[in-house]
Amino acid sequence: MTDTTRLSLFEAARVVARRDFRAILFSRAFLFFLLGPLFPIVVGALAGGIGGQVQRDATTNLMAVTMSDADTAAMLRARQALAEEIGYALPELGPDTSGDAPAEILARPGNTYAAVLSGTLQSPVVSAPPEQIERWRGAVAVLAASAQGAAPDSFPEVATQPVATSAAAARSDRIRTAQAGQLLLFLLMMLLAGMVLSNLVEEKGNKVIEVLAAAIPMDAVFFGKLFAMLGISFVGIAVWAGFVGAAFLLLGEQMPLLPEPALGWPAFAALAIAYFSLGYLLLGSLFLTVGGLAATVREVQTLSMPVTMLQLLVFFLAAAAITRPGSALELTAAIFPLSSPFAMLARAAQSEAIWPHALALGWQVLCVALFVRFGASLFRRRVMKSGRAGRAPKTARAA
Amino acid sequence: MTRPTLAQAHPVAQALAIEAAGLVKRFDGTLAVDGVDISVPEGAIYGILGPNGAGKTTTLRMLLGIIDPDEGVRRVFGHDRPHEVAKLIGYLPEERGLYPAMKCDDAIAFLGALRGLPLDIGKARGRELLEQHGLGHAIDRQIRHLSKGMAQTVQLLGTLVHRPKLVVFDEPFSGLDAINQGKLEQLIRRLADEGTTVIFSTHVIHHAERLCDEVAIIAGGKVPYAGSVDAARDRIPAQVRLETRAPGGTWRTALPDDARHDAKAGGSHFWYFPVPESGIAALLKRLIEGEAGILSLSIERAGLHDAFVEIAGEAAARALADDGASEAVR
Repeated sequence: MTDTTRLSLFEAARVVARRDFRAILFSRAFLFFLLGPLFPIVVGALAGGIGGQVQRDATTNLMAVTMSDADTAAMLRARQALAEEIGYALPELGPDTSGDAPAEILARPGNTYAAVLSGTLQSPVVSAPPEQIERWRGAVAVLAASAQGAAPDSFPEVATQPVATSAAAARSDRIRTAQAGQLLLFLLMMLLAGMVLSNLVEEKGNKVIEVLAAAIPMDAVFFGKLFAMLGISFVGIAVWAGFVGAAFLLLGEQMPLLPEPALGWPAFAALAIAYFSLGYLLLGSLFLTVGGLAATVREVQTLSMPVTMLQLLVFFLAAAAITRPGSALELTAAIFPLSSPFAMLARAAQSEAIWPHALALGWQVLCVALFVRFGASLFRRRVMKSGRAGRAPKTARAA
Repeated sequence: MTRPTLAQAHPVAQALAIEAAGLVKRFDGTLAVDGVDISVPEGAIYGILGPNGAGKTTTLRMLLGIIDPDEGVRRVFGHDRPHEVAKLIGYLPEERGLYPAMKCDDAIAFLGALRGLPLDIGKARGRELLEQHGLGHAIDRQIRHLSKGMAQTVQLLGTLVHRPKLVVFDEPFSGLDAINQGKLEQLIRRLADEGTTVIFSTHVIHHAERLCDEVAIIAGGKVPYAGSVDAARDRIPAQVRLETRAPGGTWRTALPDDARHDAKAGGSHFWYFPVPESGIAALLKRLIEGEAGILSLSIERAGLHDAFVEIAGEAAARALADDGASEAVR
């Protein structure tokens, strides 16, 4: 028999998605969804202190030293000697023997130095962006004095040499963009996943699920529900984008701006949409599985709690990885399916490389397919039971 | 243990809508269905008869591919995977369910769309069907504003809107009043007349007896009998039902010793016993000579209920009767 006797997976998912999309769009839940972005603003304001701390931690205190070998060694010894007493207030020192000028060192791609120390012990020169230069002046004077073996009341004059910016400062700025992207992604995903969960529970409540399961594969039901909600989120995003656009037109430069991400805004926005979609599909498929297994709202709350906690942990993992690009932690966050969208979005803000994104997107698509297949199979095996089911197992009766 | 294959179970070539052999299903180690064999000829009205909890719904769900059997094989129109022929099937589950916010015609169109019917055609047919079934006034009404009976009708129409070749009803008479039960029986007959195969589960013997060409009797997850209703009834010999005015007399010697006796209010007496080997004419002669005062005498074939008791046992029959009584109270 030919394929005309059944719908394809895509067609079946489309039937479910179309119904769900229209039903949600004209429901009160959609209004709540539109109000959703207000929550990140409130949460963002509350979390300002925490964010500030992370920001401070994210600013590097590594200083390149380009003095003569003898002076550099003396400075390092002084740093070591003072570390126990006032180490927290001193910069980390890293000898740089490249011979490059301070401005060149600070402008190198991937540079992690916050400032460059040159000159001599008697006349040290600090080169750094203007907003950081004063931060180092006193510490360098103490180190230089100690390196000369001078008394504490005899400090050399420290010259300063402001540099327009540094790669490290740019990296610090981009971290803000990465953090903002991650936070928005997380809040949106949690909001949507919660909606898809309640949607399935409602479906079980009104008994439609068996009609769906009889007509089309459960995979199609899951995909249909997930994509309907994704469509809804795009409508919401379009509405919010309209408001933000209007605000820009009205307020112009008074609007707060985030630093430009490493990949530039267009590519970053495209990747943000892709990672949001896949992150939501991953989390949504987990929540759908939970919703499928739960019979009541109470059960849903009980079962969804571990998933929510897991997602929080995953978010923290990805957030922690922001300040450690290239580390094992960042790699783990990029590979683990649930944290991958967050970690990769942060990477898009901080790194120019494109190929890791192609790899990550492919991996995440594969994981979505696996999650949905697993959830649908679990649903079919565990949920569609009936009857009194009171008979003893065959083995028990045979015994 | 080796389970029968479909070829072993049904050696005679026959156009079958559904064939299943050795279906087994366990839920968390509990055996729900234990080796069910069923074959449903195309165009037949087929009943699955058994008390609540016997395994009817689980069997239907396996036949439709909603759940997979742990053991055994099933085919729908020759396909191992029932979803492959989903467009040919209509299914009305026992637990009826529609989206409360949907309008009636949209609900029917949606159910059709799940089976591959384009939405616009489904909507037009839905409106037509609603008119035909006296629900024209409710076409634009939301499901949440319908009575339970009306919502059931809407779902039934949604089950049929794509004109399936096989219709499966799980306890379709449950919750319907007598008038609507009659209408549903008519609908089932009409579907069969049009060549549609109809399978329904029920715990009410009369529905199966009135409608079905074939039945599967299911009890305790097993199917002790599957075949024609006539063959089931013929398992029990025909009985003589004699009604007399006199409670006794010399004519009693013409009756077997184990003849069952019922005295009725108003003075008449009923006697039930197998048809004697000597024949009815000889029996009649002796009754007349013995002045039994015959009020009536008939030879009765066993009903499906008697066959059910014979096949599935007293306990299952009692459970079936209890379910029927509970249903009547509801």
